[in-house]
Amino acid sequence: MGRYAIKRIIQGLITIWFIATATFAAMHAVPGDPLSNEKATTEAIRKNLEARYGLDRPVFPDQYFIFLGNMAKGDFGLSFTQQNRRVNDIILDAFPVSAQLGVLAIAFAAIGGVLLGAFTALKRNRWPDVTVMLAVILGISVPSFVFAALGQLALVNANDALGFTLLPVAGWGELSHMIMPAVVLGLSTLAFLTRLMRSSMLEVLTADYIRTARAKGVSEGGIFWRHALRNASLPVITVLGPAIAAITTGGFVVELVFAIPGLGRAFVEAVQQLDYTLIMGTTVFYGSFLVFMVIVVDLIYGLIDPRVRLA
Amino acid sequence: MMRLGPAGRRIALLLGCLLATATPWAGAAENAVDFEDRVIRMVLPQEPPQLDSSKATDQVSTRVLGHVMEALTRFDGQGRLVPGVAERWEIRRDGATFWLREDARWSDGSPVTAADFVFSWRHAVDPKTASEYAFILQGIENAEEISQGEAQITSLGVSAPEPRRLEVRFSRALAYFDKLVAFATFYPLKESFYRARDGRYGADAEDMLFNGPFVIERWDHGARLEMAKNPHYWDRDNIYLNRIEFPYITADTNAALNLFKDNRIILAGLDSETMENALDQRWRIERFNDGSAWYIEFNHREGRLTQNWHLRRALALSFDTYEFINRVIGTPGNLPGLSLYPSYLQGAKQRLLQEIPPPEPVTDWTLARSHLEKAMAELGLTEPPELVLLTGNSPTANKQAEFLQTLWKDALGLTVRIDRQIFKQRLAKMTAGDFDLVAAGWGPDYLDPLTFGDLFASWNLNNRGRYANPALDACVRDAQNSVDPEARVRAFGCIQRILLDDHAIIPTYERGQIYVIHPAVKGAIRRQTSPDPDLARAWLEQP
Repeated sequence: MGRYAIKRIIQGLITIWFIATATFAAMHAVPGDPLSNEKATTEAIRKNLEARYGLDRPVFPDQYFIFLGNMAKGDFGLSFTQQNRRVNDIILDAFPVSAQLGVLAIAFAAIGGVLLGAFTALKRNRWPDVTVMLAVILGISVPSFVFAALGQLALVNANDALGFTLLPVAGWGELSHMIMPAVVLGLSTLAFLTRLMRSSMLEVLTADYIRTARAKGVSEGGIFWRHALRNASLPVITVLGPAIAAITTGGFVVELVFAIPGLGRAFVEAVQQLDYTLIMGTTVFYGSFLVFMVIVVDLIYGLIDPRVRLA
Repeated sequence: MMRLGPAGRRIALLLGCLLATATPWAGAAENAVDFEDRVIRMVLPQEPPQLDSSKATDQVSTRVLGHVMEALTRFDGQGRLVPGVAERWEIRRDGATFWLREDARWSDGSPVTAADFVFSWRHAVDPKTASEYAFILQGIENAEEISQGEAQITSLGVSAPEPRRLEVRFSRALAYFDKLVAFATFYPLKESFYRARDGRYGADAEDMLFNGPFVIERWDHGARLEMAKNPHYWDRDNIYLNRIEFPYITADTNAALNLFKDNRIILAGLDSETMENALDQRWRIERFNDGSAWYIEFNHREGRLTQNWHLRRALALSFDTYEFINRVIGTPGNLPGLSLYPSYLQGAKQRLLQEIPPPEPVTDWTLARSHLEKAMAELGLTEPPELVLLTGNSPTANKQAEFLQTLWKDALGLTVRIDRQIFKQRLAKMTAGDFDLVAAGWGPDYLDPLTFGDLFASWNLNNRGRYANPALDACVRDAQNSVDPEARVRAFGCIQRILLDDHAIIPTYERGQIYVIHPAVKGAIRRQTSPDPDLARAWLEQP
């Protein structure tokens, strides 16, 4: 187990190095630079700005190795767009926000997905199944910005109709601010998990041990909760790791619409503004996070199923 | 029931902890207007990138700074220049004197002195500061030399012979200097405080000192910014509001309109899409001219087809600004593009464009085609050329570019290839000259026609089409060096005539903006230069 863990961690570090290098190369290949602005500047001022950010040296090898050295120390430097702030501080401020939102969204998606999936499997091919599966197709195919806009509009109308604030329309700070964004953010994952859970549940329900349980005289409720649901949830747990990373990082539109100071927004704005340091900081951070989640899932799998360790 | 295993319990615990870090359920709802405590709430389109006034360049930063800082002079709601920190001033051909008011105070209670301006201005031109707005101090003695690193920063032509007297020496006449100093780069900075922050000035609310009507009391980056009335501000008796809060930071116009509808913010900008929605609500839609002039800039570099006057004239003659503002842009409040100068600019006695009326634009496709033929003959082409139109990636920019593409295909049989680029890439391509035509715009830095007038001077770095015409350069110098208002208007007229006759650009429109505002809020100022919108002197009236 120890050797397996070390192997996976080394693989992870190589992956992160690769992500960082590829992003670095792609970012510098894009025309334009973070210092160009609406107002043209004189040569002297430009030179000073370049010196401040270390852009006066050749991209390769100097800038690249300085970046790698600082990355190893966990320092991503000064942001170009939020000019007085360090990238590390921006990530430290914004990530917990995205993480809170992400955890809520994933909890909503996982619980909802498992229950709905199991429910549709039990009611296979009857009207509740058909209705939910139609909704699932909608949930997967409709992009989140549509749900975000619709969700917000629904809140405006609900607050207006009720005469008091049911849930705030946008903003951040209190639990009530998180509910609608988390629902919107979790919808497509919920839809995906519902489908996954449904097929897995259908398979489990025809398995021999279910028949055995029934033969033993276990009640239908006991079969569902103790035998079928737990076994059928395994594939859901497999995809949960990457899904958590995807949800915590993929909330850009939701964060924009609901005015949430999260990292997804900081990342997309950094790309649009070619904020070199913030792009590298967020990409490496996200990349590491994703790699970490995958390793954690693998290790947990290794604990549960010894065959994975040997493979 | 489902039982949780050890792992499940741990996950549940983690989930609980994460949620517990969030503060409890919503407290008192924050409405757009709080009559009792005199609070208004607004949305900020983005996190202010730079609140160090010597380095700020963008509209959000200068909008925030405009509420918490005060310059020597400022503009009132009617666009008139009124005293700020200076109670009176004198502009001469070779310099200026400002007498500072006695009761001007920093938010720590200390007096605002002439030395604070000397430090701030020297700091702005210091090449080590690398302020992108250092150019705006040009015309003050040695400003240019210092920013090029060729002179000591102490040689800047500004001094404080007395704590309340500021002396400025010019290297060229600056007839509009009293308007210029209202700009953010000219705000004072207190040297001792600035140095004590050791490079962190402007990074957080506690890293700033204020001398304006408000102070920043709370600033949660990316999330929230709150201003409170400055108890040390000299004109505090005329400041009605106790607080201006920005609990939302988002650029999404739909979200802003939803917040407005939900009575959370007092003002929401509209676009052609959200305007329909606002009309359905039967809200009163306000409009104002935001001061920017928009035009198509040609690439005048050597070897470009657009160097050819007949080709430029053919393109200009096919374009109809009225059709453009009515059918393409579609929102009310936009004005036809007749000149480089927007219509609100003041001339010597009346509006500049009344004193130097631009010719009514002509749209004539037959004439346009004959010019295209002449252009093709001169350029040795057998069929109409293909041109590249560089443009931004916003839906509005797309719509406009596609209209122009179709227009020039129909009118002239020209093929226009649209090159859509995000902001920084578009700038890089403009600077490198990688385009034939580019959709561009310019907003004023100060309220003098020169902020537009010198744009196409051969030495101006913002002249990205590299238009170079000695006759125009001469007129720009006249406008810069003269202090006689009539002579300056003549020079501005000369610039306008050359640009239009030579088709250096095709003016497309003068941008208007539409918005909705809470009916109880009075005295909100929209203006062409920062800060816009200005709520510093707004008040509330119960409907």
